[in-house]
This record gives sequence, structure tokens and C-alpha cells, in this order.
Amino acid sequence: MEELLEILRDLHPEVDYDTCDTLIDDKILDSFDIVSIISEISEQYDVTIPAEDIIPENFNSAQALYELIERLSDED
Amino acid sequence: MQQTNILEYFDETIKKYPDKTAFANEDFEMTFSEVYKQSRGIGTFLFNNGYTHEPVVIFMEKHPKMITAFFGTVYGGCYYVPIDAEMPETRIELIFKKLTPRVIICDDTTYEQAQSFSFEGKIYKYDDIADTEPDDNILSDIRLKALDTDPIYIVFTSGSTGMPKGVVACHRSVIDYIENLSDVLKFNSETVFANQTPLYFDACLKELYPTLKFGATTYLVPKSYFMFPVKLVEFLNEKKINTVCWVVSALTMISAFNTFKTVTPKYLHTIAFGSEVFPIKQFRKWKEVLPEARFINLYGPTECTGMCCYYEVNREFELDEHIPVGGPFKNTEILLLKDDNTLAGEGEEGEICVRGTSLTLGYYRDFEKTNEVFVQNPLNDRYPELIYRTGDIGKLNSRGELMFVSRKDYQIKHMGHRIELGEIEFNVNMLDGITSCGAIYDKKKEKIVLYYAGDIESPELVSMLKDKLPRYMIPNKVIKLDNMPLTPNGKLDRKKLQAEYENNKSK
Repeated sequence: MEELLEILRDLHPEVDYDTCDTLIDDKILDSFDIVSIISEISEQYDVTIPAEDIIPENFNSAQALYELIERLSDED
Repeated sequence: MQQTNILEYFDETIKKYPDKTAFANEDFEMTFSEVYKQSRGIGTFLFNNGYTHEPVVIFMEKHPKMITAFFGTVYGGCYYVPIDAEMPETRIELIFKKLTPRVIICDDTTYEQAQSFSFEGKIYKYDDIADTEPDDNILSDIRLKALDTDPIYIVFTSGSTGMPKGVVACHRSVIDYIENLSDVLKFNSETVFANQTPLYFDACLKELYPTLKFGATTYLVPKSYFMFPVKLVEFLNEKKINTVCWVVSALTMISAFNTFKTVTPKYLHTIAFGSEVFPIKQFRKWKEVLPEARFINLYGPTECTGMCCYYEVNREFELDEHIPVGGPFKNTEILLLKDDNTLAGEGEEGEICVRGTSLTLGYYRDFEKTNEVFVQNPLNDRYPELIYRTGDIGKLNSRGELMFVSRKDYQIKHMGHRIELGEIEFNVNMLDGITSCGAIYDKKKEKIVLYYAGDIESPELVSMLKDKLPRYMIPNKVIKLDNMPLTPNGKLDRKKLQAEYENNKSK
């Protein structure tokens, strides 16, 4: 989780990722951020997020994103 | 008779396709006759209220009505200046200072914000003025007196001194552009566009005016779709989109995530792209899924109305190769000028300079900046002739195709946006608690990296900066240093910053 938070803080240091669950709904993340997050996750966790998982619900909070990573790692 | 007014495109189309959809978004559509009636209503309203030959600020959410307001402004004999609701306030204030506009057209979503501007003029809501009864006499009189050298819009681009520059374009250069672009991309009445670029840049000309010219249809794609590739491609299929003119990053976002394994575009046959390098690895994925489609690279500065060069991909490229800029549109010439103002030979580098009708009028209320880059053609000592110096360095390859090499200055292309690193630094330096700063660009990772010295922390800096700069100009990485590296002359040493950055990255 800590590595993920670091990736996210790098993009938007001013956001409180412990509480924020509207990263997409409130337009905090934009398309550039999504692209960076996905590529950094693939480097850091060695998982590839498939296109069908790139949906708003999986990116609205750090927690949701982390659960997605865990699910994908288990599937491998 | 030769066309002299951009609205002449509409005169023909309204007769042929009154009930066809002209502009639409996810859940709202306007037919040509609705656009026609409302834009002529707005034109009549502007004239009746004493506005003529002056800037009209269009401050609306991205919507078919915003486009209609553009045309309405031109019907009224004025020029439109699109402003985006997501632009930070400081930037809007700077733009207003330059324009001193007397009128803003807004909508329900922007009305409140518009009232907070320090601004003396009138604010009208689109819906209140669009049902003005069009007055044929007034509108034909405005048309009769209009010249093809009269402005139709101003768009603002990044300026290195922190002041955005307003590029002014007239009927003549836009007609020249639309005619040549349409020839190259082969638009017709069957064309269905999906617009990606914001309406406050010249990039949207590619969809707006060909739609009027041919009676085509343009769908405005919601910005959020460009985060979610499957949804985006499903939208393209649902609306039967066959033509896109997008920045490269919008296309690679789809291919890089292997979206094509889940869903592929069914109707796309023309893909124009530009503003950035298209990585060949991603390009191949597109080509594989759409082997019959035409892929065309476009190149051109805002100062030359949009795009002025094109290259249709017609051969294989190796992974380390770049797709050429190609050659100019008809009625445009590219001069590659070396430092001594002589022409570069084959393989020699030179500054890409543009000659022809495609040149815009220059920067609004800024003769000094205009004269720096719109200059007398140094190869012509016989009569006045302007060329535009792009600041881009190019060279011809062995096939005679123009290749982009680099920039002369600190301008970068980031996610399709043209940005002066100087403008970022200027705005950071204005923040309380900053001693000095320097911005560099990591081309490979596509990140703007900001180094600074001062007594505030980076989260604070970023949140303050968001009030000053558009989202796409906010640095992606912000690093605090005790001291900024300086050259022996005491200037910021960007080379050292770059080296420091590369050094840390490889650790």
C-alpha cells in the first residue's frame, strides 16, 4: 500500500489519500494521471491492469486501486 | 465568386441538410437549422446592442451551444474568444486585461463564475439571447461589409514571460486551412467526427468548419472518456464515428492498455493525429486493428491557423524511427532557414518557417511579440512578404520529407499542449516563500519536473500553483533543493538540473 501511496502522492501531493474516495468524480485525477498510475503500478507491482478494469470505480480511491492490484496479483 | 467569408459554408449546407444533426454530445443534439437560427439570432442580438468588430468572450461549458455561440459572434461581425471554465482565475484575469472585452456570453454552469471577474461589460446567458429573431437585413449588411482579412477568433497560447499570447485569425486564413485540410483528409457529407480537443484552441477548427462546409456531423466526446478506454471506443462505435483528428496521447491511451483485445473501433477510416511524436510501437497496434484506415500526421503552429503540413503514412517504420512531418498543404511553403538566414540543404538543420495565406494576423495588442516572429522573408529583398518563424528545428530526410528535430527554446509539447517552461517558472517565482526555481521536461516519461528552493513544501506549492496555471501546465514532479544550480553568469543552469534529474532517475 505504501508504494501505491507514494505513486499517488507524487502526482498530487496535496490530496489526502486516506480519506478521499472521489478521485475521479471530483476530477482530481485526469487522463494523464491515469496513464502514469497504470504504468507505475505495472513497474512497481509487476501487474498489468487490463483495459476492462480501467473504469471509474477502480480509481476513485487509493483503497479501491489497491484492492484491484491485489486481485490482479492473485490471479497471476 | 471567390469565397471571402467563413459563413458562406453554412449558406449552402442549410439548404441541403436542414434537419441533419450538426453538433452533438452524449445526450444533446442540434440540427443545422437549429444552429443556423440560433447563431443568426445571436448575431442580430450583438449588433442591436452595439457590438461590432470587437472581441466577444464565450465562457461556456463544452457544448453544441458553445459552437453555435462562435458562429453567432461571426454573424454579428465580431470575433469570438473562447474561455474555459477550468482555466484558473489568474489566467482569465490576464486574458481579460489584454482583451478589455465589453461582453461575455455564458451559460447556467458558468454564470456565477463570470460575475466574479473584474470586468466592466455585460454578461449575457446564451439561452436568453439565442432566441432573438434573426434580422435578415442586419445580417446581410454585416456580411456585405465584412472583409476576408477581418478576424473571426482569438485563441490564447502559453507565453514565456507568463503572459498568454492571443493569436488572431481571419476568414481568409481559416478558409485556406479548411479547404486544404478537407482535400487532404477527404471529408464529405458522410463524415462523422468525434472531437477530442478543447474548444478554446485552434485544434477544434478541424471539426467545426468542415462540419459546416459539408453538412457532416461532430460529436463532442466527454473529457472523462479519455481516462477510460473501453468506454471511449464503445462511444465511437455507438455514434458510428468514422473520422478523428486527435492528439497522439489520446490515441496511445487506447492502444497502450490493450483495449483492442476487448473492443475495436468498427467505423473509423480516417485517423489524423499530431502535436506529438507517435511511438511506432503504439502506431503498429492501431495499424493492425485498422489495416484499411488512412493515418495522417499533421503539423502546424497556432500562428499559422492550425495545421500547415501533413504526411500520410504509406510505408513501414522501424521502432526507433519517427513519422515525418511530411510536406506543406497546397498554397503554403515551408522554408528551412539556418542561423545565417540561408536555406538548409539536404540533411542540414534549420528553423521551420511558414510562408503563405495560412499565416494568422499575429498576437492581439502585442506588436512587439508579433514582430519578433512574423518577419520579412529574409530571402526576399524586393517587396514586403511575411513569414512566420515557428522556433521548431527541422530537416529534410533523404526522401525529401520534412522531419521535426527539436525546439530552439524552452517550449515543450506535453500531452498535446504547447507549453513554455518559462511561463511555469514565472508563476512559481511569484508564489510566497519561493526563492528560485527551474523547470525541465522528461521527454521519455512525459513529465514536467520542477526544481525549487524556498521555505515551503511541495504539496503547498502545487496547491497554490493550481490557482494560477491550467491543469496541463502543473509539474508532474516537484523537487525541493537547498540551492539552485547557477551558471557562472548567475543564471539558472538548466543543463545541471537536467543532469541532476537524470542522475537521480538512474539510481
